[in-house]
Amino acid sequence: MTTNHTPLLRVQDVVKHFDISGGFLDQLRFKGGIHLEKTTVKAVNNVSLFVNKGETLSVVGESGCGKSTLARVILGLYRPNAGKIFYDGQRIDTLTHEQWLPYRRKMQMIFQDPYASLNPRKTVRQTLEEPLRFHNPKMTSQEAMDKVAYVMEQVGVDPAWIARHPHEFSGGQRQRISIARGLILDPDFIVADEPVSALDVSIQAQILNLLMDLREKHDLTYLFITHDLSVVHHISSRVAVLYLGTLCELASANDLFNEPRHPYTRALLSAIPKIGEKKAKHIKLKGEVPTPVHLPSGCVFHNRCVFARDRCKKEFPRLNELPNGSFVSCHGVEEGWPMA
Amino acid sequence: MPSLLEVRDLEVKFALRSGDITAIDGVSFQLDPGERMGLVGESGAGKSVTGFAIINLISKPGYISRGSIHFEGKEISAYPPDKMRKIRGNRISMIFQDPMMTLNPVYTIGFQMIETLKAHRNISKSQARAIALEKLKLVQMPSPEKRLAQYPHELSGGMRQRIIIAISLLADPAIIIADEPTTALDVTIQAEIMDLLQELCENEKMGLMLITHDLGVVSQVTEKIAVMYAGKIIEYGPTETVVHHPVHPYTIGLIGSIPGSIEPGKDLKQIPGMMPTLTNIPPGCAFNPRCELAADICTQQTPVLEEKQNGIMAACHMK
Ligand SMILES: Nc1ncnc2c1ncn2[C@@H]1O[C@H](COP(=O)(O)OP(=O)(O)OP(=O)(O)O)[C@@H](O)[C@H]1O
Ligand SMILES: Nc1ncnc2c1ncn2[C@@H]1O[C@H](COP(=O)(O)OP(=O)(O)O)[C@@H](O)[C@H]1O
Ligand code: SF4
Ligand code: SF4
Ligand SMILES: [Mg+2]
Ligand SMILES: [Mg+2]
Repeated sequence: MTTNHTPLLRVQDVVKHFDISGGFLDQLRFKGGIHLEKTTVKAVNNVSLFVNKGETLSVVGESGCGKSTLARVILGLYRPNAGKIFYDGQRIDTLTHEQWLPYRRKMQMIFQDPYASLNPRKTVRQTLEEPLRFHNPKMTSQEAMDKVAYVMEQVGVDPAWIARHPHEFSGGQRQRISIARGLILDPDFIVADEPVSALDVSIQAQILNLLMDLREKHDLTYLFITHDLSVVHHISSRVAVLYLGTLCELASANDLFNEPRHPYTRALLSAIPKIGEKKAKHIKLKGEVPTPVHLPSGCVFHNRCVFARDRCKKEFPRLNELPNGSFVSCHGVEEGWPMA
Repeated sequence: MPSLLEVRDLEVKFALRSGDITAIDGVSFQLDPGERMGLVGESGAGKSVTGFAIINLISKPGYISRGSIHFEGKEISAYPPDKMRKIRGNRISMIFQDPMMTLNPVYTIGFQMIETLKAHRNISKSQARAIALEKLKLVQMPSPEKRLAQYPHELSGGMRQRIIIAISLLADPAIIIADEPTTALDVTIQAEIMDLLQELCENEKMGLMLITHDLGVVSQVTEKIAVMYAGKIIEYGPTETVVHHPVHPYTIGLIGSIPGSIEPGKDLKQIPGMMPTLTNIPPGCAFNPRCELAADICTQQTPVLEEKQNGIMAACHMK
């Protein structure tokens, strides 16, 4: 996949597998003699994508399709088994712990569950000051305090509450504080993993507005992970659709929602319940979702796809660029099979 | 003719050490055979407690402190446990968000279905097995015979929820109360489960009370909606009308908060603040601190649910 200019982030053929075989006894198999068998979760398989500066790229897909794993690989929390990751043109997946430090500041993460991601014993001040002081050892306490107060204001939490603990806040306020923690180091790039999924819709709207507002004000670039497709449509410039750790389609939000091309994307979009719309017939998928331990051969979607042909079982479909700039990985789209 | 289910002025309290708190405050609605109703609202609004109250399953220290629940013409809210058991899981079934609240991990699906049937009816094991199979087919479970011998953990989330629905159908109930039945599931599976529930209501003339925070789901599946806020129904009417022409400022805000209700990228309409906790409900209209229309009367008098327009009932002084 190529672009004319250097994207802020580029992920190239990234693979992340987890070995969950356990100990020697767990691996023992007795099929035609005794042998050992490894069990591998193939969470992310040859994923390539790029994120341009200032845009919001959303990664969508159903539970377990590898969204969070991909995010963690990008942020250096997991090492990929294969592939390359570039940040601002610089390869980062091979960096040592020390070399990572400057990127830790530039790339921040916001998590789904603000309960789990904020330390219950720390005050807001401690939570926000710690990374600040770590990355800016020369900062005076007054400077640090000022910065903390400024960021709290930015996310709409009263700086007067600086000495409070997480349990003293509501879910929405806690999410604001974890966003504040994400912002405190003036990052350029934020990976937000389901940042509004745990929130009620009226609070979710407050946080989405805040995130969009902060993107403008601070010139941020987002990689946004979610399973909620209405949220995706609302905030994204482009969207990457994952299925079983594989990229199906990467397209601008407009193209994707108006004219989804990959059969999985089409089924997924047709299943979104939209308020006020009489029930449109959603596309029914065949069979069951396979596990990422036993990936299907060829196209990983073939056992569920109503358009599947022989080639789909045998050959992994390449990610092709379409005239409108979308990328789709499907033999049917490539060969122009009738897929109405 | 009396409704299938008629809830009148229901009040539920929790007896806490610090005093009683009111979780459900004067809720009334009715459900007819084959009718699909949505009970929506944000977390803590009182949706689940309302559902549990109907089948008399409110957890201690909760109790029904006022009101009546008529099912098929009979007042059931004060039924003793043995009489209630004849109704619960039999005439009125409940589906929970977490399938493992219904399924026991150590028994096979078949065993659980057959035991459930035998507990309610005087039938043989082979008769029970036949009914179990019939219900598994009704919920379009692939290879139903095979499922009977499987354990819950061997099934995917979507299949488990199908099993739950099959179990809830065993006794041919008149009503299913489904509390967030698809919240834990992916959208493609959610769409299938919702189709299934809707078909069952149409074909079997079953009443459905769908409890959810997802207005999108409700608007596609139900015929009428009750919107709850801080323990009260604040808007009640035909789904189409409520979704397109909501009356209560809270409902209007809630619908405006949903991405997809406006052009992508534009600011979502947001309701400032958050729902009060039960110990902190403001006097007058509970929504007044968040409401842009609030006037003096809103802090002094509690608005009652009354007919406003297009057949919508709403509890608001200013509408
Ligand atoms: N540390 C790990 N060890 C083993 N398997 C893992 C690990 N982390 C993730 N997996 C597996 O990898 C697959 C992808 O998981 P991942 O968390 O990336 O999914 P996701 O798309 O974020 O799902 P969700 O929407 O539920 O958050 C899953 O099958 C998961 O069980
Ligand atoms: N066992 C209990 N003890 C005290 N309060 C409770 C109990 N169960 C529920 N509540 C309170 O009742 C209110 C309504 O809860 P619930 O019906 O579960 O909300 P919903 O289903 O709308 O999210 C909440 O404020 C909740 O905290
Ligand atoms: S490659 Fe074949 S199986 Fe895969 S999505 Fe395309 S048509 Fe379906
Ligand atoms: S009664 Fe008053 S505060 Fe309550 S919703 Fe109506 S206008 Fe708003
Ligand atoms: Mg995840
Ligand atoms: Mg609930």
